[in-house]
Amino acid sequence: MQEVVLDLEFIIGHYNYWLFVILMMTGLYITVSRGNLIKKVVGLNLFQTSVFMLYISMGKIEGGTAPILTGDPNTVYSNPLPHVLILTAIVVGIATTALALALVVRIGEEFGSIEEDELIEIEHELDFAEESAEASPVPGQGDANKGEPGGK
Amino acid sequence: MIDLIAKNLPALQVVIPLMAAPVCAIFNRSRLAWLIAFVVAIASFAMSVALLGQTLDGGIISYHLGGWAPPIGIEYRVDVLNAFVLLIVSGIAVVTLPYAAKSVAQEIPREKQGFFYTAFLLCLTGLLGVTITGDAFNVFVFLEISSLSTYALVATGAERNRRALTAAYNYLIMGTVGATFFVIGLGLLYMATGTLNMADLAHQITLRGDTRMLHMGFAFVLVGIGLKLAMFPLHLWLPNAYTFAPSAVSVFISATSTKVAVYVLLRFMFGIFGFDYAYQQSTLQYVLLPLALLAMFAASLVAVFQTDLKRMLAYSSIAQVGYMLLGTAFMTQTGVMATVIHLFNHAVTKATLFMVAGAFVYSVGSSKISELKGLGRIMPWTSAAFVVGGLSLIGIPLTVGFVSKWYLVQAALELGWWPVAAAIVLSSLIAIAYVWRIVEMLYLHSPSPDTKAKEAPLSMLVPMWILAAATVYFGTHAALTSAAASRAASTLISTSNIIWQ
Amino acid sequence: MDHHSILRVVSKLLIPPIIVYALYVQWHGDFGPGGGFQAGVIFAVAFILYGLVFGVEAMTEVLPTSVIRVAMSLGVLIYAGTGFYALLVGHNFLDYESIGHGGHHAQEWGILLVELGVGITVASVMIGIFVAFASRTPKLKDEDW
Repeated sequence: MQEVVLDLEFIIGHYNYWLFVILMMTGLYITVSRGNLIKKVVGLNLFQTSVFMLYISMGKIEGGTAPILTGDPNTVYSNPLPHVLILTAIVVGIATTALALALVVRIGEEFGSIEEDELIEIEHELDFAEESAEASPVPGQGDANKGEPGGK
Repeated sequence: MIDLIAKNLPALQVVIPLMAAPVCAIFNRSRLAWLIAFVVAIASFAMSVALLGQTLDGGIISYHLGGWAPPIGIEYRVDVLNAFVLLIVSGIAVVTLPYAAKSVAQEIPREKQGFFYTAFLLCLTGLLGVTITGDAFNVFVFLEISSLSTYALVATGAERNRRALTAAYNYLIMGTVGATFFVIGLGLLYMATGTLNMADLAHQITLRGDTRMLHMGFAFVLVGIGLKLAMFPLHLWLPNAYTFAPSAVSVFISATSTKVAVYVLLRFMFGIFGFDYAYQQSTLQYVLLPLALLAMFAASLVAVFQTDLKRMLAYSSIAQVGYMLLGTAFMTQTGVMATVIHLFNHAVTKATLFMVAGAFVYSVGSSKISELKGLGRIMPWTSAAFVVGGLSLIGIPLTVGFVSKWYLVQAALELGWWPVAAAIVLSSLIAIAYVWRIVEMLYLHSPSPDTKAKEAPLSMLVPMWILAAATVYFGTHAALTSAAASRAASTLISTSNIIWQ
Repeated sequence: MDHHSILRVVSKLLIPPIIVYALYVQWHGDFGPGGGFQAGVIFAVAFILYGLVFGVEAMTEVLPTSVIRVAMSLGVLIYAGTGFYALLVGHNFLDYESIGHGGHHAQEWGILLVELGVGITVASVMIGIFVAFASRTPKLKDEDW
């Protein structure tokens, strides 16, 4: 019978993956659990950053230097490809964050709140208002869901 | 010159919309931007037709970006399946743009229209890029280009209804989580194989055999793409995004973005992991198949109880994605073929229906079902187009919907899965319920006397009827699409003939 | 206007070196660490710092929003145009071999051109994002926070 041992060396040797998993789960948890829209974006950022870490640590070769030609044929280089990929992913992350924050600013202006539970309440009220408007059409009701004119 | 274009078709397909987008942004004039977008859409449609023509006999075009040879450089790889999806995307763009001119002019303020078409072109670039590329990481980049511009496009619906903003925000959060899952999956695949070229990935997986890393990579890719294509329990972003987006955007994204995501799923599952990958087989059978069946019923049932036409169509889209996944889960040539043919058929049908919804929004100011009373008499052409699209959604013979359901049922029967075949037919019955609600509202009620609605302008009716005619034409001449789809399926299967020990 | 004088003086001292450093990173990118992405961000930082300390209005006087908008597009066009040029003279898209005298010379010029495009776009997009956020008048008053 094979003895089950806690392979400490294996666990410590793969510490970059543990960090990745912890960071990823933290980010995902924040994204899912927080009600504040900004905090959600922060969680999303954390989640994306964890992936950057996964990729970058993947490209590391023991004893390898930065992948810049040294002229010495015996030099061991780290794998540059994951770094380049992550450069692209970082740019995507920036674009996503900027767009998300822009949406949050607009939501804040239009709804007067950036808390998810309050937003859901407002939207339910909107639904209800629309349904009761159907039952008894009130003139000018259409303007109610146009939002404030301030947001440009 | 012709020679030059012919040689560089795969690159031009992506580069031309990409270059046109910043040009639109520089000028930021609504008419000019529209014209540029329209010309570019026609050009890319022509190119995708040419590509399909070159690949229909089973040939594969491989284009090396920057002259770097494949496993190292980025490769654009076109086979029948790609070319077919390219044709769908660019074709829908061509018919959407004339339609968009009027509806965008009404729904979006003038100074933002230039940027609207910029985002539209970027979205087109992204979707075409996802489809054409043979490099797995490139798929992610283009997927995000298209998704980011889609979020922005959905948010432009805020002028009509501010809930577009929250819809876009939720779409952004879920879409980004999906994309990030997808990148994690790619990272794991790269770790397991050391390559990102799709063809080389398949080759390396064969050489190295199955590992736990591969399982993880597969699972992450599946969930990530599942979020993008609105696989049943991951669909929550879709209804609001489709409902509150401007009409033209609803038409375009409903017909293309989920289709392209389904294509990516097909490419990864069968092009990279292969038909015989045991882990995938069990996943498809025990996870994807039940979810697809659930989507067909649950989403259709929810659609029946909607009070808004666009939201009803959105739920019906989720159900239709269920059909596509069902075809994939069969894991047979007929199943894959049914999926591919349904990509086309559903794109045409849903685009027609969302155009109808957009026309109602244009002349009535709302897509609420209760406000459509009696419009069958006031807007006869629009309403008739809805009937055609609705029949196709149900799957009545002579429409494209019937063709896809026919192949799906056939695929189910081939495997001897009677209950699944019965489920396909049963779920179509639910579609009758929600389509009938609208038809009844349109034709069996008298219009409210003080209505100011009138028939939609010609620039909206013509694209709508082109698509409606396509639903009937390809429903009666199914040989055209089914030939392409069956070639696509067999190419996919022949490239995925990996021997698993 | 008197307060923050340390900030003002220090940032005035800092901004020119930041821009020079950005240019260094930009032009050094072909044979060392660096390149358009990094240089663009560093370049944008100089303007963002100026905007933070002296106000967005002062910054948009130096760099009007219309210029930012054109620069965003121009960068992409330089990038894609380089690729397109290669395509027009009979090579594959983005094949640098067609530029200049071919070989290493071509690769150096190719990558410089492409990175220039990237740098311009990244810098102007970053500044653009900053201006877009900073120039909105907040609806909340200070005491509401």
